[in-house]
Amino acid sequence: MSADFFYTVEVIINGLMTGVMYSLVALGFVLIFKASGVFNYAQGVMALFAAMTLVGIQTGQVPFAHLINTIFGTHLHKFGWEVPTLLAILLALGVMILFAFIVERYILKHLVNQDPIILFMATIGLAYFMEGFGDLMWGSEIKNLDVGLPQGGNIWLENATSDWADGFYGFYLDNLDMWATAIAVVLVASLIVFSNYTKTGRALRAVADDNQAALSVGISLRTIWVIVWSLAGFVALVAGIMWGAKSGVQFSLSLIALKALPVLMLGGFTSIPGAIVGGMIIGVGEKLFEFAVGPYIGGATENWFAYVLALLFLVFRPQGLFGEKIIERV
Amino acid sequence: MNATAESYVTEDGRTIGAPVMEVKNITLKFGGVTAISNISFDIREGEIRAIIGPNGAGKSSMLNVINGFYHPQEGEIWFHGEKRKPMKPYQIAQQGIARTFQNIALFKGMSTLDNIMTGRFTHMKTNMLKQAIWKGPAEREESLNRDIVEHVIDFLEIQAIRKTPVGRLPYGLQKRVELGRALAAQPKLLLLDEPMAGMNVEEKEDMSRFILDVNDEFGTTIALIEHDMGVVMDISDRVVVLDYGKKIGDGTPDEVRNNQDVIDAYLGVAHD
Ligand SMILES: Nc1ncnc2c1ncn2[C@@H]1O[C@H](COP(=O)(O)OP(=O)(O)O)[C@@H](O)[C@H]1O
Ligand SMILES: [Mg+2]
Repeated sequence: MSADFFYTVEVIINGLMTGVMYSLVALGFVLIFKASGVFNYAQGVMALFAAMTLVGIQTGQVPFAHLINTIFGTHLHKFGWEVPTLLAILLALGVMILFAFIVERYILKHLVNQDPIILFMATIGLAYFMEGFGDLMWGSEIKNLDVGLPQGGNIWLENATSDWADGFYGFYLDNLDMWATAIAVVLVASLIVFSNYTKTGRALRAVADDNQAALSVGISLRTIWVIVWSLAGFVALVAGIMWGAKSGVQFSLSLIALKALPVLMLGGFTSIPGAIVGGMIIGVGEKLFEFAVGPYIGGATENWFAYVLALLFLVFRPQGLFGEKIIERV
Repeated sequence: MNATAESYVTEDGRTIGAPVMEVKNITLKFGGVTAISNISFDIREGEIRAIIGPNGAGKSSMLNVINGFYHPQEGEIWFHGEKRKPMKPYQIAQQGIARTFQNIALFKGMSTLDNIMTGRFTHMKTNMLKQAIWKGPAEREESLNRDIVEHVIDFLEIQAIRKTPVGRLPYGLQKRVELGRALAAQPKLLLLDEPMAGMNVEEKEDMSRFILDVNDEFGTTIALIEHDMGVVMDISDRVVVLDYGKKIGDGTPDEVRNNQDVIDAYLGVAHD
């Protein structure tokens, strides 16, 4: 087999790995949309906030240091300790769960039975609030996130495969990408197991299907909302860690949410398998397109390809990959 | 003890006990509309209690008050001889009140089996952590729940559609699955909102038989709303009649049939 073949394979593998990350972000949206019909505009900012919180805890930053210093004329910045990574991740998860409680208690509870557009607006408000609150709490400078995962190309793999074809120098895959993929796969698998085989998972699916019926069999909507927002917070944390470790914790991290949109258009807003397969298709599609067509049209196709693909898809299958065909009753 | 608290035996030999559910002076308003106006009645242990009345009389609203979807402005609800505090529907379900809906509310994406399984929700005690760490109790509980669900499926004769997503089932079968979900909860009080609406004669006969059998075999107390007077007179022990949010009759089918207010309401109001 020729070098070209292996290079194409490399592009596909890279696409799949990127795709899994897109799926992860998209999953955050799907979880909340399924259970409460809310398109959570704040999902990207949640990832940013989670990553900032993790860095802050890890490096022993004093929360609200700037605010405290301004008011009291102090010069606090760090506690002077470092928190081990695993513990810091658990604490950051705790913060995201607390956040879920607050969202339910102070926002969702008051918006029961409102139109989806009202809830959507509320999440826009939430997104901007969180963005400002995150800056206030942890500072707005770009932060470096190191959770101890290996970075850079995997030399071993490159060497091991370098003699597979003439003119092929071996697969070049990024260590961090591979780890991120492995973790995302485990996470997605556990979400599926959770939703299919546990009592709470069944309750989640029930609520997603019919609120009234769910209430009548003894399911508490408010508890379910806290659980889905906690899950979405958890997914946001994982996405925040992966993306943050790759390109630093900064505002642009919240824009990964934009990458999830085409995935949702493709996979449908209510389908977990849709989010996964949609992510892969977008990931592989954009990498292959850039590899094969990019050089002829000036490159940087990855910025827009996903949207065009999703739009084409919308025209032919508006219900998404796994959605049921929508037939209007007349 | 007053006269209404005594138990009695029906013609067909079933024992009807003391009141399980008592609604007292319930008034429910939606803005300017008074859906229920100062209504009181009771539902006794082991009986089939029908609620009838023309469209818009407030029947569904009454069930919604009993299962906690609506909160009345005035009145009291007594369950098992205790006054009930204002509660959420899920808490009321946990107390043993199950229901079906006038417009079927099933989990359309799930199979018949899974739908009926959700009826077991209030009986699932083992939490997730335990499920993950200690398989034993969780598995025992799961298999007990499965046995009960299978029993319900056999009872309702719906083995053939166990795995079918309920969204694809014809209307009559969906109604039956919804009854199955409520039965799986092994409720102390079962509320049925027009269980036979939109059914053909044969389906109605089946449903009547199921309702009678549930009551007979499990001793389940049932309150049901029904339009078909023939069916109501056939299967219920006592009937309460509502009209424009007011109670205009209460008693055995014969008593109600001969009540002048009831006759007027039914002759005066054209209904479907
Ligand atoms: N959620 C609601 N909001 C406003 N009005 C309602 C609501 N539910 C019922 N009603 C009103 O209460 C009255 C009784 O309705 P309902 O209990 O559904 O009657 P029935 O079941 O006897 O046909 C009707 O006038 C209806 O419009
Ligand atoms: Mg009704």
